[in-house]
Order: sequence, then structure tokens, then C-alpha cells
Amino acid sequence: MNASTLILVILLLPLAGALFCGLVGLFVPALRQREGLIGFVGTSMVIVPFLAVLYLFLNFDGDAIVVSFYTWMAAGDLSISFAYRIDQLSLVMTLVVTGVGGLIHLYSVGYMHGDPGFWRFFAYLNLFIFAMLNLVLGDNLVVLFLGWEGVGLSSYLLIGFWYTDLKNSAAANKAFIMNRVGDFCFLLAMFLLFRELGSLDFDVLLIQGPSLNKGVLYLIVFLLFIGATGKSAQIPLFTWLPDAMAGPTPVSALIHAATMVTSGLYLLARLSPLVLAAEGIMALIAIVGALTAIMAATIAITQNDIKKVLAYSTISQLGYMFLATGVGAFSVAIFHLVTHAFFKGCLFLGSGSVIHGMHDVEHQLQSSGDSGEFDAQDMRTMGGLKKFMPSTRITFLIAGFALSGIPLLSGFFSKDEILFRAFESASTNNYGLFVWGIGIVTAFLTAVYMTRSYVLTFEGEPRWPQAKKIMPRESPWTMTLPLWVLGILSIVGGYIGLPTVFAHGDWNLIHHYLGDSFGGPVAEVQGEANVALSTEWILLALGATIAIVGVAIAWRWYSKHGLAFDETLRARFGWLYRVAERKYFVDEAYERVIVKPLIGSAEKGFGPFDNYVVDGLVNAVAFITRGLSFVLKYIQTGIVQTYAMAIVIGVILVLVLMLFG
Amino acid sequence: MEVTLNWYLMLSALLFVIGVLGVLFRRNVIVILMSVELMLNAVNLTLVALAQNMGDPAGQILVFFVIAVAAAEAAVGLAIIIAIFRNRLTVDVTEINLFKY
Repeated sequence: MNASTLILVILLLPLAGALFCGLVGLFVPALRQREGLIGFVGTSMVIVPFLAVLYLFLNFDGDAIVVSFYTWMAAGDLSISFAYRIDQLSLVMTLVVTGVGGLIHLYSVGYMHGDPGFWRFFAYLNLFIFAMLNLVLGDNLVVLFLGWEGVGLSSYLLIGFWYTDLKNSAAANKAFIMNRVGDFCFLLAMFLLFRELGSLDFDVLLIQGPSLNKGVLYLIVFLLFIGATGKSAQIPLFTWLPDAMAGPTPVSALIHAATMVTSGLYLLARLSPLVLAAEGIMALIAIVGALTAIMAATIAITQNDIKKVLAYSTISQLGYMFLATGVGAFSVAIFHLVTHAFFKGCLFLGSGSVIHGMHDVEHQLQSSGDSGEFDAQDMRTMGGLKKFMPSTRITFLIAGFALSGIPLLSGFFSKDEILFRAFESASTNNYGLFVWGIGIVTAFLTAVYMTRSYVLTFEGEPRWPQAKKIMPRESPWTMTLPLWVLGILSIVGGYIGLPTVFAHGDWNLIHHYLGDSFGGPVAEVQGEANVALSTEWILLALGATIAIVGVAIAWRWYSKHGLAFDETLRARFGWLYRVAERKYFVDEAYERVIVKPLIGSAEKGFGPFDNYVVDGLVNAVAFITRGLSFVLKYIQTGIVQTYAMAIVIGVILVLVLMLFG
Repeated sequence: MEVTLNWYLMLSALLFVIGVLGVLFRRNVIVILMSVELMLNAVNLTLVALAQNMGDPAGQILVFFVIAVAAAEAAVGLAIIIAIFRNRLTVDVTEINLFKY
């Protein structure tokens, strides 16, 4: 099979699945409850593309394959085609999207069982996969942008999936609107690139882009970065992601942890030669990434909603990836993206399994007559779940350890590689040590909040009402199988990028695959590796120690004191804790700085303008027309002969003109 | 004295002007209808005269069409006038002014 057929298969199957699930559900209500059929179609439309990508991956010979299907628009110098590119970077991304995506589809079959919107859910999910594949496979910025907006749309639809609850719709709107800010900047960057280079194809951009005039290049990369902060939830546009947890949990795992939120990283990695040439913006990216990482990690410690903890953890880990991008380690950012997709996907699915179990508890409570308030996502009502949900517990633990950076698990390798590269870059820039330090502190916080979340959920005694009588059950196999697969990947996923201390970096497979010094598409800083091997051993040991110490301390604190320890923390850190708990008042600041002034100025400034100037103009037109008609209406005498007279006079005039004119 | 083309044309112009003036200034709808017929026949006269003068029978054929159409027009016109008269008991056009402002 040739590449272009395979690309068509990869792209069109998810679209076909979306259309099938959507249209069948819409027009044949009888089939809506056929969960087996819809789940099978929805899942296989992602698994088959995964196999196709795997085939392409195994037969890839190192040269980028570009296939153009159709010229979308051609106007003057602008020519945009539906062109797709298979190279190392897009292959890695596509494998993650379809692989993790397929597992999460399977998981959703179990998780969404019995939901009246089952068909709708799978239609949206397949639509998301289609858009995401356009994003990562597109060969020009316009196709990428098409996918970029497509994933935004499906994210909106899925966050607001249970739209009867106003809170969910509001969260969906928030995500959509905040992303719009970033998308606007992305568009501006595209316009600038087209003005400067006359093309939006990656081939042209990557070759001619870096030699652009510095000022323009800085502006372009800055705008691209703002676009990326919107999609990837970085300061200042991160507040939509925690709210996006209103969607069903598989959505949080797929869109808001594993794939969509990493598309900002993908954009920067794809255009890495341009980003590398804009040193000043690199510093900004690294610092913003580091600050986001530590800020989100501190918030995560204070949250009680199991999904909120993971949401802030995702923001924090994305911050790490931006940090890596900022110090020029693009391939490491992609490496962390891959391992993060594994362990964070696993954690989210595990939390979904827990919530599934807690909903069970909620139903049993209601049927036993206890109709008190119960939040199935609140860790304060969980505890002791390890007895009831062994598979969920073990995979959650593995993935949590991987996230914390326990040695030999995947997160350890990718996170330490990021920190090492930050440390290494300090010899050529003056922000490397700063972001490295923040990264180290964040690593400790990560270990603490992850352990807290695990211990509060699975260890200790059950804390829900009537815990003696009511017991949750383990989830069905469709949910535990993806958990196990992702759990195992969280263990072994790190071995695709072993650090330099082993075999002088020859075993760093992903680096050799992606890096441009080895023929890959991702640019790298020139002239590196000036840190002694012994130093790297020390850094590695430091990272491992911090992770182990963090986990150990938090484990002791929380298994001994349980929930009460949060109060101890609150007492000890005082206002710092409260600030973190209230999410640094970012939402409130936006409310005060942007929303309120906007509404205020609309009421005071633009309201009267609209009333008197805009409406006034419209009214004036109507008024003049009416005045004129007041005079002119007397022409309409209603007597036929007057009209005939007008015709005759007209004919005479024409005749005179023809004869004498 | 020989009757030349000009005589015909002048006669038909005269008839046409009489027709126009009749349409514009008479008040009786039936007279207006007759004036319209007069204008049509003035045109017919022109057509016949010119056809004879140029040796082309197409003009004469056209006249038959005009006569046929004029007959139809008279039939419809008279029917309308009868309908109006039944409704308003008048055939004075200055009183038929429903479309007045």
C-alpha cells in the first residue's frame, strides 16, 4: 500500500466514524441505545488508523513524505492545498493521538454506558481525532490551523457534553473564548509569515524563516507562542483547563491531558528553526513555562477534586514542556509529551474509574434513602478504595510514580532530561539556572501532590457515608484494559529516551529519531554537550532523590494524618496556602481587569454611542425617507391620465434627443 | 396632384396626435379606448404606406397582427369598463382614482 492511500485511510476513517455515529444517532433514534454497534464503530475507526500509522512508522525510511490531495484555494500568490506530511515528528504525534485515542475510545464504551448521549459522545470523539490528525499531519499552517480550530470545537462540544447543567456550558464557553485569544495571535503570526515569505508551506517556512529580519521574526514567534499558550494552557491563558474538567473523564484524559493541549508544543516543535532563531522569545518561553509549572503545582496541592488535581498537574507538566522548548530542547519536550500522554492518560482514566465507582456509591446511597449532598469527585469522601478497585489502584499508583519521577519509570527519564538540558543551557544563556531551580522545586511539589492524591483516594479508611454497608465495585474490563496498557506504557515509555550517561547518549532513541543533527525535523541548539559526565550523574541522582523524598514524606504525612494534614499545611503556610487554594486569584483578576471594565465601558461608553450614533444614523435615514415621501407622494394622483402624460412627455423628450441631440 | 408617401405619413401623424390628445384629455373611458384604437390605426396606416413604398410585404403582414391584437384589446378593455361601471356607476376616469396617495 502506498503512503497516500494510507494517509487517506488515517484521515477519513475517524471522519466517517463521526458522521456514522452522528447521523445514525440523529436520524435513527432506535439505534441510539445500540451501544455495542456505536462503540465498536467509534473505536475501530481509531484503531484501524493506528495500525496504518504503525505500518507507516515501521516502513519509514527517513525522508519526509508529502502528499497533496487537492488545491483548496488559489488566489494570487496564495496557494493552499490539502497537503499532508509524514515525517518523524508527525509520526510520533500521530502514534500518540491514535494509540492513546484508541484506548480511550475503548474505555469510553464502559464509562459512558447507559448515558443517553452515548452516540453523540462517540461522534464528537471521532470528530476530535479527525481534527487532531489534520493538526499533526498538515503540511502547511492553514491545514494545521484547520485542525487547530477543529480540536477547539470538539473540545467545546465535549466540555459542554452534559449541557443541561449551566455550569458545564459556562466552562465550555470559557474554554472556547480563552482559546480564541490565542487563536487570534496565531492568525496574526500566519498573516505576518505570509507577508514576509509569501507561502505557508512548512518547506518554505523552515528554510527561509530563520533568516528573516530579527524584529519581524521576534514578533512572529511571540505571536505563535501566545497562540500556543492558549491551546496548551500556560500563563496567562491557563484558567480554562481546570474548568474544562466539567466534561466526561475520558474527554479530560484524551483532549485535556494527552493530545489537544500538547498541540501548542507541537506547533513550536514543528517551527523549531524559527523559534531557535528568536533567542529573546526563547527566554520568555522558558520562564513562562517554569512559572506555570510551579504555580500550577502549588495549586494542585490544595485542590480536593480528584480531577482538578490532575488538571493542574497537566498545566504544570505542560509548563515543563515549554521550559524544555525555551532552552532549545524541542525533542525533549516531545519526549515528555509522549510519556506524559501515557501516565497522565492513565491517571485520568484511573480517576474516571474511581468516579465511576463513587457514582455507584451515590446510587446505592440514594436507594437506601440517604439523599444528602454527595460529590463523586471529591477526594474527601473517598479513601480506602484499594480494597475495592485493585486494578485501578495499581495502575494509578504506577502512573502517579511515573509522574512524580520515581527512577526507572517513564516520567523520571523525560523530566530529568528536561532539567538536565535546562542546566546545560545555562552555559550559553542567563536564564537556564533560574528555570532549572524552579523545575527542581516543582519536581518536589509534583511528588507531594501526586502522593497526596493517591493516598487520600486509595489508602486509609473509607470516608463516604455508611461506608460499612456500601461498597463500590471495580470497573468493567473495557475500562481496566486501557488502564493496564497505559500503566505498562508509563513504566516502559521512558526507555525510548535514555539519558546521556548511558552509552554517551546513543540510547536516546527519540532524540536520534527527531533531532535534525540525525536527519530529523526538529531543530536543536548548536554546540552542546559541555557538561561533564559526572555532573550529569549528580543531577540524575538529585532528581531521583527529590522524587523519592517527596513521595516518602508526603506518603508519611497523609497516611498518618489523612485529611487533617491539609489543615496543618494551611496553618503553617497561612496566606501562601490560601492564595494557592484560590488559584492565585487569576480568574478574579481577569474578572476585574478585563470583564468588568469591558462591561462597564460597554454600558457607559458604547451603550450611549450605540443608542445615539448608530441607532441615530438608522433613524435619520428613516426620517429623511419619510420626509421626502411626504412631499413626493402627491405625484401619485391615482388618475391614469397623469401617468400617461408622463409617458408622453418622456417619449417626446427621447424623440427630441434622437432628432436634434 | 399625386398622392405621395409624405401625405400618408402626415395623415397618420395627425391621426396619432389626435389619438394621444384623446387619451390624455377626454374623461370618458370609452372615448379613451377609441382614441387608443385611433393611435393603433395611425400606426397601421404608416406600416401599409411604407410597405407599399419599399415593396416589402412584411409591413402589411404586421398590420394583420396589429388588427388582431387591437380586437383582443378592445374586447378586454370593454369588459373591464363594464365591470368598473357596474361597481361605481361611472365611466369618468378622474373619478377612478383608487391608487391616490
